Order: sequence, then structure tokens, then C-alpha cells
Amino acid sequence: MGFETFVQTFANALVLGSIYAMVAVGLALAFGVMQMANFSHGELFMAGAYVVYVLYSLVGLPFLVAVVAAFPIVALIGMLFERVLFRPTRGNVLSGFMATAGAGFIMQVLVGQQWGVGLMRSVVVPYKGSAEILGAAISWQRLVIIPATIIMVGGLWFFLKKVKAGKGLRACAQDPEAAVLQGISLNKMTSLAMLLSGGFAGVSGALMAPIIPVTPYMGHVYGVTAFIVVIVGGMASIEGAVLAAFILGFIHTFISTVYDSVTATMVGVLFMAIVLVVKPTGLLGNVKV
Amino acid sequence: MSKSNSSSFIWLPVVIVIGLFCFAPQVVSAYRLELLTIFLINVILAQSYRLMTTTGDWTLCHYILMGVGAYATGILAKKFGVPFYAAMPLAAVITVGVSLILALPLSRTIGFAFFIASFALGEFIRHVWLKFHTPFGGARGVNGIPKLEIGQQGDWYFIDFWDSTNFYFFTLIFTVLALLVLYRIDRSRVGNAWKSIYADSELCESIGINVTRYRVLIFCVAGFFAGIAGSLLAYQVGSIDPHNFEMVEMVYLIIWVVVGGVKTYWGPLIGVFSMSLVFELARPLQEWRPLLFGLILILFLVFMPGGLETLLPRIKSFFLGLVGKKEVR
Repeated sequence: MGFETFVQTFANALVLGSIYAMVAVGLALAFGVMQMANFSHGELFMAGAYVVYVLYSLVGLPFLVAVVAAFPIVALIGMLFERVLFRPTRGNVLSGFMATAGAGFIMQVLVGQQWGVGLMRSVVVPYKGSAEILGAAISWQRLVIIPATIIMVGGLWFFLKKVKAGKGLRACAQDPEAAVLQGISLNKMTSLAMLLSGGFAGVSGALMAPIIPVTPYMGHVYGVTAFIVVIVGGMASIEGAVLAAFILGFIHTFISTVYDSVTATMVGVLFMAIVLVVKPTGLLGNVKV
Repeated sequence: MSKSNSSSFIWLPVVIVIGLFCFAPQVVSAYRLELLTIFLINVILAQSYRLMTTTGDWTLCHYILMGVGAYATGILAKKFGVPFYAAMPLAAVITVGVSLILALPLSRTIGFAFFIASFALGEFIRHVWLKFHTPFGGARGVNGIPKLEIGQQGDWYFIDFWDSTNFYFFTLIFTVLALLVLYRIDRSRVGNAWKSIYADSELCESIGINVTRYRVLIFCVAGFFAGIAGSLLAYQVGSIDPHNFEMVEMVYLIIWVVVGGVKTYWGPLIGVFSMSLVFELARPLQEWRPLLFGLILILFLVFMPGGLETLLPRIKSFFLGLVGKKEVR
């Protein structure tokens, strides 16, 4: 591998790691607060991409507006999930998980019937051209994901550490009963967690919409990867999710450059299996689930 | 729930159902008969999955294990010309071997992580099929698996398996045998140990049940039956590819089991029967079908978490006007 290819691959890995981080952070947050996992996290990602498709490609709003709009729209879907699926099945992680699998089916069918299944929806690239870094050309459309992730994840970190509601979220994640005794409403917090979780998935889908084909089934791969990331990082650990996202982003990009993407997926899963055998709680996690 | 006096009562419907299945080829069309064959294979799969869930470990790779059996059969029968009486047991043994390897990392996880890790490892196997063209045939899979053969044309014991009725009965025999064995396993000492692991695994450890070993064992036993089911599937459809064993199929398997319920032996049977019926009736809906099944899954999980098997007790307690405690999973 030449130096330029290396730089190119390195930059791609950073971009992919950023997207993984943004998708997985929401999943880890929701799991931490609710002790429930959303199987259709990938479908929320898909919903974000379709928000961009509709608002930017069909309606003609600026790309940035469409991406920002993806946050509240998908966040609302996330809240709906919480209200309709997670609240009735609270305490039974498998029920909630399987119920969201059903919800994923429903979302795929609805989106497919509305905007078509077969043809992929192409979204015109809004940021054309590419940046020249150490001899490697990286398109702006990809590069813009890195600062976006820094802003989003940094914002989440600030929210969790400094804002009262964010502290409430962390309290619920640590000990729901004690949090309730302190007067924190568990229902409000789980709702907030799913809101943030949906919003993050939506924005990451929105940012990826011009780069990857937009189809009703596009979210599956990202949802699965998000789960692998969260398991490797340690369920419910946000720092772990970010770390694992970049590790897996690098593994996936470098192996698919040298070999092919099927091998890359296989190595990623093997990595997860090894982590599970060596440290079942994940890299930075301390709860065994 | 005292079952001792009702157990003799339950065998009468069982005999009637088996009789109906024996009679079925007389009345249904050839196409329907193939659907029925697939249904019988699904019964083995659902029932073995129910066994798996008795320790509380819901795997997401049961379908993949079925695929392992199907691939093993396909490759053995096609590339090596192995006859069915050797290919089927070999396929089952290979599936058990794969289950054993998978169980080693999986047995270190419980509950939710088990669920996800099993899914990821299943995807790993599916990618192995996709990646290696020899012997798995890549994305196109294994095609032209020879039909089952018993004897040659002209032998007195020759059975022509191009006739779908004969293969239907072949499958029926295996299904009934598998169900009987699974029933015995469920009632055995080992079966009770598995159920006690679900109830309280720490207590089990303290009275000398090696929880890890038992969890590995159940994974292998369930894998064995999934392998048999896969083997039958390979002979039935004649060609298999990695797309046959995608996540969607696994979700349908979960829907069967959730709709039926897993507390009793009969739950998955009710589930797989009712959902197969709905699946066929919903054929005109085409692309809307996943939506229907998603809704069914959600409605059952939210409003009837015990599945259809709890329907009768519920109605009973409703009519008796008892406040009675709800059956929780």
C-alpha cells in the first residue's frame, strides 16, 4: 500500500468511524437509560436519509436545512417507539427488542410503498469537489462528516455532563430506582433518551444520504454495525461506543481496501467474538448484560 | 398446572392431527403439498427453537444453523454423491460441530448480549458462504442438489422422490420422530435442568448444575434438530443460497414462537400453524405482508406476551370470573 493510498484509506476510516460513532452513541445512550435495545436503530438511520431525500431532492430546500430537520423528525419517531413499544414491554429486554424488529418491518414497507422499493433514490451531492490532503483526494461530502460528528458527540457530552436533564439521564442509567427516588421522572428520561437516540441516528443517515444508495433496506447494515460497536465498546458506555466505532471503522476500511468488504465484515464480527471471550463486558463497559 | 391426568387426553388430538396429515395428499394440490412439506420442516425448526429458549437464551442464529445443515447436505450430496442415509446424519453432526464452536464464545454472554452476539456470529457464517465460492458457491449458493434416492429404478424397494407425495411422507416421518424426541427431551431430567437454569441460574450453580456446560449442550441439541430440518429443506428445494437464511427469515421464526408462546410444548406448534396460515392467506397483499407480520408481532408482545397458548386459560379465567394472576413469561 502506497503512502497516498494509506492517507486516503486513513481518511476514509476516520469518516466511517465518525458515522459509526454517531449511530452507535444513540443506541448506547438509549440502552443505558432504558435497559432496552432498539433493533430498528438502522431504520431510524434510513428515516434520516429519506428526510434528506424528500426535503433536499424533492422539495429543494438547502442540504444543511434538510440535515438539521432530520434531527427533530427522526427524534419524534424515536419517541413514538418509546411510547408505543418500550413502555409497555419495560423490564423485558427481549420483548422490546423483538417489538422494534416488527416496527422495522413496518417502516420498511411504509417507506417502500411511498417512495418505491426497487429503484434507489439518488441524492445529488451538495458539496462537490474534494480536498487535497498529503496527495490524497477526499471528497468534501465525506470530510464534512468528521466535524459534524465532533459537534454532535461533543454536544451530547456537554449535555450529559453539564445540563440538568443530561445529569438526570446519567442518573437513570446508573440506578433507575435511586433516580426515581430523587424525583426524576423515569418516563420523561426514557422518552428523552429515545429522542436523542433517534435524532442522532437521523442526522447520521441524513449525512450519509448523498454518499450511499438510499433504499428502504439501507439501514440494516448500519443497525447491525451499531450493535457490534456497542457490544465491543460495552453496552451502555458512550465513551466505549465512540472508541469501538473508530476501531471498527479502521478495521472495516483497511480490510476492505486490501481485501474486500465481505472479509472486512467477517473480521469485524470475529473481533467482537474475541472481545466477548476475553472481556464479556466490552472494552470500556462494566455492566454484564 | 397439573398435567398428569390430562396427558392421556392430549394424545387423542395428536393422533387425529397426524391422521389428518397422512390424509392430506389425497385432497390438496401438488403445489399445496410442497407448502405442507415446507410447513413440516418449519415445525421441526420452531420446536427445536422452543427447546433452545427453555434456558432463556433466545438465539438469533437458529436459522443459520438450519442453513449449515442444508449446505452440508447439499455439498455432500452434490459434490461427493453421498446417499441420503449418510448425508443426513453427517449434516446433523456437522451442524452440531458448528453449534459447539459458536457456543464457546456465546456461553460467556447472557440475556441480551447473547441475543446480539448470536446474531453477529450467524452473520459471520452467512458471510463465509458468500465469500468462499468453493465449496459454498458464493452468492449463487449450491444448485442442483440431487433428489433423495431410495433404491434404483426396478428395485422392489424403489421409491420415486420426484413424486412430491413420497417426499411429503418422508418429511412427515422425520417430523413426527423429531417431535417425539423433542417431547421426551423436554420432559427428561436434562430438560428440567435447562428449565431450572432459566428460573435461577445462580441457584443451579449452587446445587451442582454446571450452567455453562448445560447451555452449550442445549445449543448443540437444538442445532442437531435445526441441521435435520436444513437437510430436509435442501432435499426439498434442491438449491440453496445465502439469501435463504437472512435475518428476515429469523424474524419470521421468532414471530411463530412469540405468537404461539414457549411455556408449553404445544405453543410453537400452534404458532407455526396459525402464522403459516396467515402467511398463505396474506399472499395477495404481497409487499404489505411484512407490515402485517410486524403488526402481529408488536400486538402479541404488547397485549398477549404469553402467546396463543395462554388464550385458553385466559378465556377460562375470564368466564370463571376469577381475578386470577395473569400468566407472565
